[in-house]
Amino acid sequence: MARHSEEDAGMAKAPPAARQRKKKPKENKTRTVHANILHDCAKGDENPNRHYANNKIKTTKYTVLSFLPKNLFEQFHRFANVYFVFIALLNFVPVVNAFQPELALAPVVFILSVTAIKDLWEDYRRHRSDKEINHMDCLVYSRAERRYVEKYWKEVRVGDFIRLRCNEILPADVLLLSSSDPDRLCHIETATLDGETNLKQRQVVRSFYDLDCEFDPLKYNSIIECEKPNNDLNRFRGYIIHRSGRRDALYKENLLLRGCTIRNTEEAVGIVIYAGHETKAMLNNNGPRYKRSKLERQMNVDVFWCVIILLVMCLFAAVGHGLWMFQYGDNRPVFDVLSPEGTNLSPIMSAIYLFLTMIIVFQVLIPISLFVSIEIVKICQVYFIHQDMDLYDEETDSHLQCRALNITEDLGQMQYIFSDKTGTLTENKMVFRRCTVAGVEYSHDANARRLAMYQEMDSEEEESMSHGGTLPRRDSVTSHQSARVVLRSQSTKSHRRTGSRAEAKRANITPDPKLLDKVNDCSSQMDFMRFHSQPMSQLPSDLSDIIDFFIALTICNTVVVSSPNQPRHKVTLTCSGQKHHLITNRSSNKGCSSLLSSPSAESTLTKLHEEQPSGGLEQAFSPIPPSYDGKTSWNLDEGELRYEAESPDEAALVYAARAYKCSLVGRLPDQVIVELPHLGKLSFELLHTLGFDSTRKRMSVVVRHPLTDQITVYTKGADSVIMDLIKPPDTGKRQKKIVCRTQHYLNLYAADGLRTLCIAKKILSKEEYACWLQRHLAAETAIQGREELLFESALQLETNLHLLGATGIEDRLQDGVPETIASLRKAGLQIWVLTGDKQETAVNIAYACKLLDPEEELLTLNAKFLCSPSGPTTKSFNTNFSPFDIYSSSSPSSQSTPFLVHRLGLVIDGRTLAYALDKSLEDKFLAVARSCRSVLCCRSTPLQKSMVVKLVRNKLKVMTLAIGDGANDVSMIQVADVGVGISGQEGMQAVMASDFALPRFRYLQKLLLVHGHWCYSRLANMILYFFYKNAMFVALIFWYQFYCGFSGSAMIDQWYLIFFNLMFSAFPQLITGTLDKDVSAETLQQLPQLYVNGQNSEEYKPYMFWMNMIDAFYQSLVCFFIPYFAYADSDVDLFTWGTPITTLALFTILLHLGTETKTWTWMNWMSIAFSIALFFTVALCYNASCPACYSPSNPYWTMQRLLQEPLFYLLCFITPIAALLPRFFYRACQGTLFPSPVQLGRQLDKLPADIRRNILSLSRVKVGSPLCPKLPFLSLAKASPKGYYKKDGRSQVVVLALCTFSSSCWIGKHRGPFLAVLLHSKFF
Amino acid sequence: MVKQESESANRPDNTAFTQQRLPAWQPILSAGIVIPGFVLIGLAFIGIGVALLVTSRSIQVLELDYTGDSNGSPCSSCSQSDIANCKCSLNFTLTTLFQGPVFFYYGLSNYFQNYRRYGASKDDNQLYGDLSSFTSPSSSCSPYNYDSSKKPIVPCGSIANSMFNDTFTLTRTVSGTTNNVTLDGKGIAWWTDYNIKYRNPSVTPLKNAFNGTVKPINWAKPAYELDASDRSNNGFVNQDFLVWMRRAALPNFRKLYRRIDASGDYQKGLPAGNYTIDITYNYPVRAFNGAKKIVFSNVSWMGGSNEFLGIAYLVIGSLCVVMSVVMLIVYAKFKFPDEE
Repeated sequence: MARHSEEDAGMAKAPPAARQRKKKPKENKTRTVHANILHDCAKGDENPNRHYANNKIKTTKYTVLSFLPKNLFEQFHRFANVYFVFIALLNFVPVVNAFQPELALAPVVFILSVTAIKDLWEDYRRHRSDKEINHMDCLVYSRAERRYVEKYWKEVRVGDFIRLRCNEILPADVLLLSSSDPDRLCHIETATLDGETNLKQRQVVRSFYDLDCEFDPLKYNSIIECEKPNNDLNRFRGYIIHRSGRRDALYKENLLLRGCTIRNTEEAVGIVIYAGHETKAMLNNNGPRYKRSKLERQMNVDVFWCVIILLVMCLFAAVGHGLWMFQYGDNRPVFDVLSPEGTNLSPIMSAIYLFLTMIIVFQVLIPISLFVSIEIVKICQVYFIHQDMDLYDEETDSHLQCRALNITEDLGQMQYIFSDKTGTLTENKMVFRRCTVAGVEYSHDANARRLAMYQEMDSEEEESMSHGGTLPRRDSVTSHQSARVVLRSQSTKSHRRTGSRAEAKRANITPDPKLLDKVNDCSSQMDFMRFHSQPMSQLPSDLSDIIDFFIALTICNTVVVSSPNQPRHKVTLTCSGQKHHLITNRSSNKGCSSLLSSPSAESTLTKLHEEQPSGGLEQAFSPIPPSYDGKTSWNLDEGELRYEAESPDEAALVYAARAYKCSLVGRLPDQVIVELPHLGKLSFELLHTLGFDSTRKRMSVVVRHPLTDQITVYTKGADSVIMDLIKPPDTGKRQKKIVCRTQHYLNLYAADGLRTLCIAKKILSKEEYACWLQRHLAAETAIQGREELLFESALQLETNLHLLGATGIEDRLQDGVPETIASLRKAGLQIWVLTGDKQETAVNIAYACKLLDPEEELLTLNAKFLCSPSGPTTKSFNTNFSPFDIYSSSSPSSQSTPFLVHRLGLVIDGRTLAYALDKSLEDKFLAVARSCRSVLCCRSTPLQKSMVVKLVRNKLKVMTLAIGDGANDVSMIQVADVGVGISGQEGMQAVMASDFALPRFRYLQKLLLVHGHWCYSRLANMILYFFYKNAMFVALIFWYQFYCGFSGSAMIDQWYLIFFNLMFSAFPQLITGTLDKDVSAETLQQLPQLYVNGQNSEEYKPYMFWMNMIDAFYQSLVCFFIPYFAYADSDVDLFTWGTPITTLALFTILLHLGTETKTWTWMNWMSIAFSIALFFTVALCYNASCPACYSPSNPYWTMQRLLQEPLFYLLCFITPIAALLPRFFYRACQGTLFPSPVQLGRQLDKLPADIRRNILSLSRVKVGSPLCPKLPFLSLAKASPKGYYKKDGRSQVVVLALCTFSSSCWIGKHRGPFLAVLLHSKFF
Repeated sequence: MVKQESESANRPDNTAFTQQRLPAWQPILSAGIVIPGFVLIGLAFIGIGVALLVTSRSIQVLELDYTGDSNGSPCSSCSQSDIANCKCSLNFTLTTLFQGPVFFYYGLSNYFQNYRRYGASKDDNQLYGDLSSFTSPSSSCSPYNYDSSKKPIVPCGSIANSMFNDTFTLTRTVSGTTNNVTLDGKGIAWWTDYNIKYRNPSVTPLKNAFNGTVKPINWAKPAYELDASDRSNNGFVNQDFLVWMRRAALPNFRKLYRRIDASGDYQKGLPAGNYTIDITYNYPVRAFNGAKKIVFSNVSWMGGSNEFLGIAYLVIGSLCVVMSVVMLIVYAKFKFPDEE
């Protein structure tokens, strides 16, 4: 703490020079970090890092002092609060006051304080967790003591050296300077940041690479220049300037991010670059999302109407009062009260004053407690959704999370669902199914059979697994806990568990015997050749292709190897001899493992030249001697190795390769160790890794082949891109044939719904490589536009590839997906699938999950060529779309045509989508899409996904839901009205961006059909009831104005008037709003048609507000005039007459709620009983408490007296019934004569189970058949398209022949958005 | 088991409440329930209605207007002059016995005691006998808290100031001789008003408490001299004052003036005969088109005469029955699924 004050003081008296220096980096958009120890002992104000945020985090909104003003200020952002405070203050003006001013303040103060207490509590919890985090320990180097000392996190400052031990959590963003790992690596787990469970390698800054001895902070004297703090987790750029003047570039591989956990590394030392709120983790931590639901928007309109009604009523009363005053003229009646000054007010002045008074008296019309009540109800709804057992996934021990608390009712009003495919509809647990190598297909039938068996056993197995399965857990419970604290996100251990199960399945691949033979054959030949020093090029090309294929599968990835016993521990080498080799290797060079970078700069070049002459065969595999002797230093059984991959495809491929004995046994930054049959362990020198990105759709590794010593590029990627990059086929007939065949098999795979990947290789000559490397290095060292340059560089490398083969990976559909889609569609939801996958795969998955129907006409929009969206394009698009104009207008004539109607399915690919989303065509596109039953967008980029959602949302004015699991769905999730994330395999980014997070797709059914429906109907009914209740109550006073000279007098005691809403009538509606079920969950799920209710906003239509208002006015008339006539011409006094009216109104209001309540649990009974009891208790106490208080009403002993009168009871009996008779009658008639679907569903609920089942099964068979006049809702075929495409033929393919434009140019033109997308995307 | 629990820490509680499966009654407004319900309610209401109507019919009411706005009426001279204590008298004849107990009301119409500012114009503490409020009445009484010479008015405020001040005596003429009908003025105000809510300051004699104050402008006598005949009926605990202070709910109201003392000839009520009411006419009502009347009424268990409630019960009751018949027709025409 002392340090803080010192720092603060330093800040205060910073000399002008320092200020300038501070300004300068701002202009440069960089941050300069010096080591603190150089300045530590010096005066604090000399420290150049003092301007950077310290590591103390404060996520609280308020301090003790600022709480009240700040909180009030925030609350007054809500217009209603301002309004109520205004009214309360109006009461302090003597001329217009209606109530006791203090009393009038009560409700507003109550509401404000309830909210304030809620805010305070939340803030306190934040404060506590902040404190916990701030007081975590870490080791910081102290110059005074010349060692690392324990300090609190909050004391860490930019420029400090900190030492991290295994399983510790990083307190700040740290530049890695030293690691105990022999490879100068540090592994971190970023699950708390992005949810990815695999370990990431981070690397010591290259200048500190060679230190063999321990890193000594005292010797550090470099300066770091880096970016300003930003929230991009995947970017870090900067350079370190050594005293010698040498500059070394810094990458994100050098930066350890706050919140990550150190794994596998005993000790690491780093310097703090960003601290506290400037860390990337904190900058990414944006608060909860606030959305306003459709229902609330609608409600606000009606609140506005209430204001108008209020003003009209006040105006009416004011005019009435003016006239009333006017009729007496100058002749003041004896009961008139002169103004305090003793003068007469003119009628006009009185009218004006009265207008204000009336606003106060009628304030109840604007329901002050509505907003609070809605919030309470929503919190309860969220609680119930959380608690639903059906939305709980046993396997992953996760349940639904509501991240947005205020849009639950939107779930009941969805019209369009946009779904991702991979990981959302499918499991995203990849299983290797088939492959083709060198044009020969290996179908892996045995494997397929085994998998089929697995699926059958799956359910039982899952049961047993979830009960008995003890899986290795990490030893560090504490760190895990604190990790949770740091980011306050849900634990991710669940994924790990499922992951491990899936991996267990994947690991066992039954190899295709033919292929296995060939692999064996090939490797034995190679072994033989190596033994006899023959050049490898003599190998038959099909065999070499096979071995290359498997090598590519094994090394062309970013998989990390770990052993299952210590799942978080990388496999390490134990032999000292090898270590030596490795060190030499390392010191000579390279190595980072991902995204388009190899920081090895000049040395790579030099090495290239150095090693050129000595690149002999023996030397190539000298690093690891062949393990003939059997004494392997890899003391782990390879079968137990586990692979942790960033994308499940990669892992699937590596496991597949292992089945063929080509296993990945170790991965270091600069080499990959592979074990091949007969050949033993080979070490591939890893020269470059060009990581995967969604634009290139491929990844490549550049390695030096240990057997041939050739520089080889292995590329793996989407078939569409790889096929274009294959060497022109004129070079060889064989290659041509391979390409042709492979394409054939690829189509087959896609037709089977497999995910396809192409594997290719390319051999670079030394010259070519040197040439490329030169440019690549230039690109790497560029600070501005580095990504673009690297991208270009990668494009240059990945050309003229030699096709090796292709793989087909199966992505199993999640359980219950077809059923869910079918029932969601029955519910009138339009489902669009937006996927990045290729068209054939997507179409097949769509068929598999019943999104597309075989009977449907398939309308495929494929742009063959690309061009700028103008001129001929538009024209041709127009002409092609013109036939659809007919249907889009949805003319009734089209339905009466005798033609056989076909359902339409639309398939559109990413390129075409780019046109369709163009301004000039989007309307046409939508028209076509609307007339289709299902829409499938393939090959779409994340940006396109979000554009489609936005287009539909804005143009069609519909409620949209986007569901996805991966980072590429984030933008779509954010754009949609409701974003749903699947907390699946692909990390937490989608979940973080979502409003609701589901463990499984099939839970969407219950979430929407049941919870959405309930939430919507509950809230809609509650809001309507609220309006009714207040209008009814206020109207009572309004009628009274006709009998009191419009003087603003109220027969209802001010206490009742003010507390009626807050206390007497508050609880039952909350209970009903939370618990009421119009139809049971089972029926809602069996009859998805009932969902249409919410889609069409049938519970709360605009006219319903007015119907409720009319009903409210009618009821208040009854409640007013029955007592009026009953007491007419009697000696009743004001409050003895007004109190029964209040009581009657309460009874009527509660009974009204009763008629609207569909299910009565004991809580409903209790709440109503409680309300009535509370009213009488309060009334009796209030009327007995103080004889001379509560001016002006002074209702002493009124209630007590009333309770002795039979007339009171007679009134209580008749009035509510008379008031509710019309509504009751209407409801009864409606239930009998023209029941709504929901009412029928409710009637169905009441039937005995077996009859109900019969009816439901009938309904399923004969939807819309004339069988059901009794159940008319069964014919609600709402989802049917507006128009039909009537043309024969199975599948109508509209090919848009558009003008030519080279694809690369197109990409070049649109690179901006693509790069933005690139950073978010992963393996498609 | 323990392991299983720790494995599924996030598993929701499987209780009826959290799973929203609380046992519930689900009423459905189908004809099967509604028709019998309506018939039952209708019949019950009709029964109550008949009883109420019979009771109400048995109540005798006699209303006599004495505003005097038409020239022929007895009090027209008084109503047109501003003379204080103008006398006029009203004759009426009872042909049958007016069943006791008989209540004697005065009634005002078009008189807005419920006017908002009027209602607030009083000082509860003063009326509770708080002496400090005697010297400085609450501003809520304004402008009736101080007179022109800045002396505090007690009781202050518009309600007190506008107190009804006509007085009545009832005489019966039996065979030429006139004898007074004894009117009982005790207990006409609420018991709680007389004993708890309103208090005289505990100063004896009461007059001293009012030193330094003035009577309300419209009053003829100060508060401590309201009832010369009964010393305990003075100050704020005067029955007439209390009745007046209890503001009427509606612009047409009656207030209890006296009861016919049930003694002697009047044990059973007012016997048939000729009666005269002598009125001291003070209270001006013609300025606001008001009217004054005298009402004699007896009461039943449900209060004064009021046929409305009985009729209302009958109407609602028969409505219910009619509705149930309508529903029955509907039911006969459209059978609905759950009846199969």
